[in-house]
Amino acid sequence: MGKHIQTVNKVSLNTTLKGRGCGECQTSCQSACKTSCTVGNQVCARESK
Amino acid sequence: MLHKFIINNTRVVLDVHSGAVHRVDRLTWDVLEDYRNIARDGLLEKLARRYPGQEVEEALAEVDELVEAGLLFSPDPLGGSYTPPAHNIVKALCLHLAHDCNLACRYCFAGQGKFGGPAGLMSLETGKAALDFLMNSSGGRRHVEVDFFGGEPLLNKRVLYGLVEYGNKLAGERDKEIKFTLTTNGLLLDEETGDFLNRHDMSVVLSLDGRPAVHDTMRPFPGGGGSYDIISRKIINFLESRDYRNYYVRGTYTANNTDFSRDVLHLAGLGLREISVEPVVAPPEEEYALREEHIPGLSREYALLADMVLERARAGDPINFFHFNIDLEGGPCLPKRLSGCGAGSEYLAVDPEGGLYPCHQFVGQEEYVMGDVYGGLVNKELPARFAGAHVYSKEGCAECWAKFFCSGGCHAGARAYSGTILKPNPLGCRLMKMRLECALYLKVAMAGQQ
Repeated sequence: MGKHIQTVNKVSLNTTLKGRGCGECQTSCQSACKTSCTVGNQVCARESK
Repeated sequence: MLHKFIINNTRVVLDVHSGAVHRVDRLTWDVLEDYRNIARDGLLEKLARRYPGQEVEEALAEVDELVEAGLLFSPDPLGGSYTPPAHNIVKALCLHLAHDCNLACRYCFAGQGKFGGPAGLMSLETGKAALDFLMNSSGGRRHVEVDFFGGEPLLNKRVLYGLVEYGNKLAGERDKEIKFTLTTNGLLLDEETGDFLNRHDMSVVLSLDGRPAVHDTMRPFPGGGGSYDIISRKIINFLESRDYRNYYVRGTYTANNTDFSRDVLHLAGLGLREISVEPVVAPPEEEYALREEHIPGLSREYALLADMVLERARAGDPINFFHFNIDLEGGPCLPKRLSGCGAGSEYLAVDPEGGLYPCHQFVGQEEYVMGDVYGGLVNKELPARFAGAHVYSKEGCAECWAKFFCSGGCHAGARAYSGTILKPNPLGCRLMKMRLECALYLKVAMAGQQ
């Protein structure tokens, strides 16, 4: 934790590029919206196990 | 690429390509403004006019460290281009059990449930063929999903019951996990239906707009008269029967209730905790359509709602507002963020006759018929077109800070606005960005109290 910068998350998206994309996660529009999907708020099926 | 914004005096910085989120002070905000534009000596000299030199050195060192760690100014992991994997997997279906409805919602994008065609119910035979198609098209994917949609799907309850039984049987035979969701206006929720939904652990999306007057204005019965009283009662009774598990209550806001945070508050006051209130999908000529002039007010409203959500969380009585729900530590992988919602490729909609469409919002549009559940996908161009519509091919997305959260947005929304799925509706983009900024702000604010 820095004096001037508080970093909330240190996960880097580029580490999720290779070997991922299993496609087991929920389809975005199925969860609630049906009109205004937001992929970023979906859950990774692998991570949630 | 960085995105910097201030909400409620909180300075937030998103490093777009890594997904890292930081809370910064005013000095660091200024450092980041010029970090890539001015040489180190010049930057020190410029900032030393406003801040103590020692402080500037410290802030610069912190920035340097995060740059080195790949958490600030990180490069685009894909170098600005993307080729989607070639496959023909369909893993999710939206089954239109009923092109008919027992309400006459004024903003219904489905034309009171009929999607521009005649009223009709899906037969059990067609529904079973759809599930066979799903099982046969889902390849090695273990998880498959079915959403029962309409119109009002509970107008076709017996077929719904039959399809859940049939889908579970198929899934067992194929060693797959099938997840069912029901999207309903709640009017036909009774004890028998509730028991069935609970016994089969089905997710439900229940439509309720919020305050009684707001709901009744847009969601009347076909003969007139508001539906709030009966529907809110049925929804509460049903949710009590399942201990308020596995649901979302979903409302729509329009130009008539741009103060929709009050509707969220109203829903929370009913004891509801899983809430999604979303902007209306409407042609711009409708009086209730959201327009450019609403943007400043909506921006304030989302910020107000974010603080309400924050206050409730701090008070130990949280609500989960769907569009503020972001997992910064996990969340979807980059391939998922690139592929977007999957409509037209992994996710298809089925009309009552078995016709296949890219998603529920395209149903009834002749040029988007992709085949049917009996003969499978006949149109091979449409799946490729939809899979090829991603953040590096949609207009304006590659340069947008929100690309890895919104993934190019709603294809149907883009098509309705511009005639092509490759050109998003800028109004939709603005609303998406407001919601995302609030979601990120909430993460920062919550992190600050831990």
